Amino acid sequence: MTAIALKVEKVAAHFGGLVALSDMNFTVGEGEIVSLIGPNGAGKTTAFNVVTGFLDPTHGAVSYRGTALNGLKPHQIAELGLIRTFQRTSVFPNDTVYDNLLVGLHRQGRVSLLEAILGLPRARSSQRRLRERASELVEWVGLERRAHDLAGSLSYGEQRLVGVALALAAEPSMLLLDEPVSGMNASETHTFVQLVRNIRDRGVTILLVEHDMPMVMSVSDRIVVLNYGRIIAEGPPDMIRNDPAVIEAYLGQGATRA
Amino acid sequence: MKSGIAILTVVAFASVPLWLRDPYLMNALITTGIFIIGAMSLNLLLGFTGQLSLGHIAFFGIGAYVSALTSLGFDVGLPFGFRIVHHPWPPIAGFVLAIAIAGLCGYLVGLLSFRVRGAYFVIVTISFAEVVRLVALNWVELTQGPLALTNIPSITVGLPGLGDLTLRTKLQNYYFVLAVAVVTYLLISRLVHSHFGRAMRGLMENETLAVSVGIDVTKTLTLAAVISAGIAGAAGSLYAHYIRIIDPEVFAFINTVTMVIMVITGGKGSLAGPVVGGMIFGLLPVFLRPIMAPKAQWIAYGGVLIIILFVLPRGIVPSLALRFAKRRSRPETVAPVTFSERDAKEHA
Ligand SMILES: Nc1ncnc2c1ncn2[C@@H]1O[C@H](COP(=O)(O)OP(=O)(O)O)[C@@H](O)[C@H]1O
Ligand SMILES: [Mg+2]
Repeated sequence: MTAIALKVEKVAAHFGGLVALSDMNFTVGEGEIVSLIGPNGAGKTTAFNVVTGFLDPTHGAVSYRGTALNGLKPHQIAELGLIRTFQRTSVFPNDTVYDNLLVGLHRQGRVSLLEAILGLPRARSSQRRLRERASELVEWVGLERRAHDLAGSLSYGEQRLVGVALALAAEPSMLLLDEPVSGMNASETHTFVQLVRNIRDRGVTILLVEHDMPMVMSVSDRIVVLNYGRIIAEGPPDMIRNDPAVIEAYLGQGATRA
Repeated sequence: MKSGIAILTVVAFASVPLWLRDPYLMNALITTGIFIIGAMSLNLLLGFTGQLSLGHIAFFGIGAYVSALTSLGFDVGLPFGFRIVHHPWPPIAGFVLAIAIAGLCGYLVGLLSFRVRGAYFVIVTISFAEVVRLVALNWVELTQGPLALTNIPSITVGLPGLGDLTLRTKLQNYYFVLAVAVVTYLLISRLVHSHFGRAMRGLMENETLAVSVGIDVTKTLTLAAVISAGIAGAAGSLYAHYIRIIDPEVFAFINTVTMVIMVITGGKGSLAGPVVGGMIFGLLPVFLRPIMAPKAQWIAYGGVLIIILFVLPRGIVPSLALRFAKRRSRPETVAPVTFSERDAKEHA
């Protein structure tokens, strides 16, 4: 039994009269890859927003590694190592890919402002380390050739990779990926799956929202299925694949064969 | 290449007193230099965080009054029979206090307005400047109100090996302002290229994303406001000790507008922008005055402003940098002017 990293308890989120999430309970163990799936509008992104502090839940509590997250601001939650990506592409469009990653490295190598202004050795060596790290990350997501292009000029799939690299730059202990392969072609998706496994092998816990069922089935340790804001099933891929409620609510006939 | 241009510019400015003997023009250059320092501080906020301070002159004026009062001394009554008596301190202490107190005001204004941003910050800064102006106008016992603080002493600087030097002549003041301007430029340049500068830039470009990688919005913006206000305070102090007389008119809205024009025409978000825009709009009135009636001067001033923004909408420096880059590289791949390239060159 691994230790619990993320714990979501009785979370509800309402937008006016609309119930986006209700009585949501689930946990993610350290080092696990858990997928959150469900039809469009099921509340997956809302769940991400609650966990990462972008949205205050109407009820319930979220904790990460024993720390209650309620009331914390997004940057404070990021400080705890809980880092997310966004469903809609999100980069710093007017900066190069490389500079994007330097911004993403914000949590690393922070030196005092005075040291930075005076250009003291510690500040310089920290800058050097950050640059090396940024280059590494660019390589890691395979965007070396695009490193000095403006992020806003990249293809959709490439921008998604930048988004993931940015999140990785923040050195997450847990990474939340919101539909990372949407807009990627088959080979990009394949590479991405390798990347996700790689990230997990480095000890990063992963919560994944994805519509690509083959990918979800192959990469997940466990799957949580949402429908209309409620969890309707939870378990390992084989169990979810054969769960009648899930098949009815979400997967449909075509997907069960996949 | 960029640092080459910077060094050449400093050398050129340093050589001006060698060939320019006209005291009227020297005076214009000194006050322009002081305003350029103010514009650089405004650019730190407007160009690198996207926040428009439309009361920026308040920090400048506070710096001027703090510095003047520190060096003149004062004796004011407070409610309940208390009195504060301050004996004159050296002007250089006023300079330091001007930075500190203007910075503190920047902190308070930032604290008040950065939780809700955008238009809110603009309104808070305008109101703040108006409140400060009214205080300066009406707290006559402290500020002399409209009668102005006069006989403000010149700054005395201790030069290593040369003893103390009091800046009485235009020549001395010119070099002092130039030195402060160069230090300010370097300071802002270092800031912008530090992790703090990247945080500012990230927030300006995509706040949600910036926050998601751990950047603290309120802290970053407040710190930028403190530094910006502190620099504006330094410029105000220079102004007070150079002009040697100061009245509440210093807080006039038009002075903020002038700084905003300098930043926008030169190019916000570019380090050299406020210098270029500042030289143009600082010296333009000097050249227009002998040839035009006052009203026509304003029209010409507005005309120059419109032409610049029409021809070079991003501001002079960024637009020219972009064209230069276009000409050097293939037409379809415009080399973006970003900070990592500069860094890469610096460290090459
Ligand atoms: N900011 C918001 N304001 C109002 N309704 C919202 C907001 N965000 C999401 N919703 C609604 O909440 C429901 C769940 O949305 P979302 O979490 O984005 O679903 P998913 O990510 O599973 O597709 C949808 O009905 C959506 O319209
Ligand atoms: Mg979604």
